[in-house]
Amino acid sequence: MTVDTAPLVEQLKGGLDAPICLTWELTYACNLECVHCLSSSGRRDPRELTTAEAKGVLDELHDLQVFYINIGGGEPMIRRDFFELVEYSIGKGIGVKFSTNGAFIDADKARRLAAMDYLDIQISLDGTDAATNDAVRGDGSYDTAIRAMEHLRDAGFGEFKISVVVTRHNVDQLDEFKALADEFGAQLRITRLRPSGRGADSWHDLHPTQAQQRQIYEWLLAKGDDVLTGDSFFHLNALGEEPLPGLNMCGAGRVVCLIDPIGDVYACPFVIHDEFKAGSVRDAGGFSDVWKRSDLFNELREPQSAGACASCGSYDACQGGCMAAKFFVGIPLDGPDPECVSGHGEAAMLAASSGSVAPPKPMMDHSKPARVPVALTRR
Amino acid sequence: MLDSSLDLHPQVALRPEPFGALAYHYDTRKLVFLKHPDVVRVVRSLADHATVADTLTACDIDERRWPSFDKALTSLYESEMLHDR
Ligand code: SF4
Ligand code: SF4
Repeated sequence: MTVDTAPLVEQLKGGLDAPICLTWELTYACNLECVHCLSSSGRRDPRELTTAEAKGVLDELHDLQVFYINIGGGEPMIRRDFFELVEYSIGKGIGVKFSTNGAFIDADKARRLAAMDYLDIQISLDGTDAATNDAVRGDGSYDTAIRAMEHLRDAGFGEFKISVVVTRHNVDQLDEFKALADEFGAQLRITRLRPSGRGADSWHDLHPTQAQQRQIYEWLLAKGDDVLTGDSFFHLNALGEEPLPGLNMCGAGRVVCLIDPIGDVYACPFVIHDEFKAGSVRDAGGFSDVWKRSDLFNELREPQSAGACASCGSYDACQGGCMAAKFFVGIPLDGPDPECVSGHGEAAMLAASSGSVAPPKPMMDHSKPARVPVALTRR
Repeated sequence: MLDSSLDLHPQVALRPEPFGALAYHYDTRKLVFLKHPDVVRVVRSLADHATVADTLTACDIDERRWPSFDKALTSLYESEMLHDR
């Protein structure tokens, strides 16, 4: 018997006693309305967890020994009890990493954030110039993010993160993103665009082309050592012998999960849909019961079939890709990833769209009502 | 490593898991897997014994397995999960 037993990935697939990568979207309210928002955020949901309920969840996460949580939204800093909850969490030994568009980080808040231990901040930015960024994230959002970064730097926050969703339009800016991060003493994090939330509508126009997929893979191999990617690009491992750094498997319901603003628990932040809803923190057994005993999560922890990918020589490397990405373009979960590097995604999407069922739509939509252009009166 | 006096770093938390335990370092934000319950037992009792070798003896670890423990503990030491007492 050696100390190293089964490969790590195999152990993780069976699930853990508590999540490693728990995302908690604190609110659906947001000052922005990004076209690729994975949670279709905009308006606050009146059923949002109260401060007391949120603290109750944190107590539970403490008992489960969750080491840190990823807080997002919406824009989490919109919640009036944002600092109260963050401080409560950290006080319980649960580190906080939170994602923000930066709109609420002024000099004062930056100092307050800089004074806290076990706190990481990710500023979302999707272009190294205003034109590229604002096309996706809205007018003025580039300047807002840069201002927040300046405040953090001036406050001596230290190494915060710049978080980029890679699209067809910013993929050529990867070097510039890295330079920007270096300039701020920040760390770069790049993630994959998935057709979730409002991303379902914008994905076809925004997702990187096949040639750009290879470009991302090669860039990560050459320069990705200190770039964070999470589980974003493991489908690209089919492109070569050398696996990318990061989590090379789908962790949904196994090591990953989402608590949404109203307390519903989903398998992953990218699958806000009834089919992937495991329960609610408001249920009698709370979050732990959902994590440990929900049928959905237990099913996801069973060995998954390779399905249509079984005959592909790259399956071990690519694992068939991202479940969320397949789901929202209508590809069966044991089919190929829509961005399959061998090109099988296109055919699978075509097959899906020629069937009678339309791809599933996200089930929570908190987008602000469309701004109806004011009709100019014709004289 | 066998002669060193080690201890779990005070900023490291251990969480039991079916395969062993997860170790999380709050300062470096590193997450490490202790992939066998025996490693967890050894790590937890390092502070109670003068050296790593004494700990292995006290934990009833067969000497044939010592090299693999040496390796596992060295890598934990290198990632700052363990430190010198
Ligand atoms: S569904 Fe996709 S985004 Fe979610 S955990 Fe799996 S690979 Fe990651
Ligand atoms: S066929 Fe499936 S396993 Fe092969 S590269 Fe495409 S998505 Fe990956």
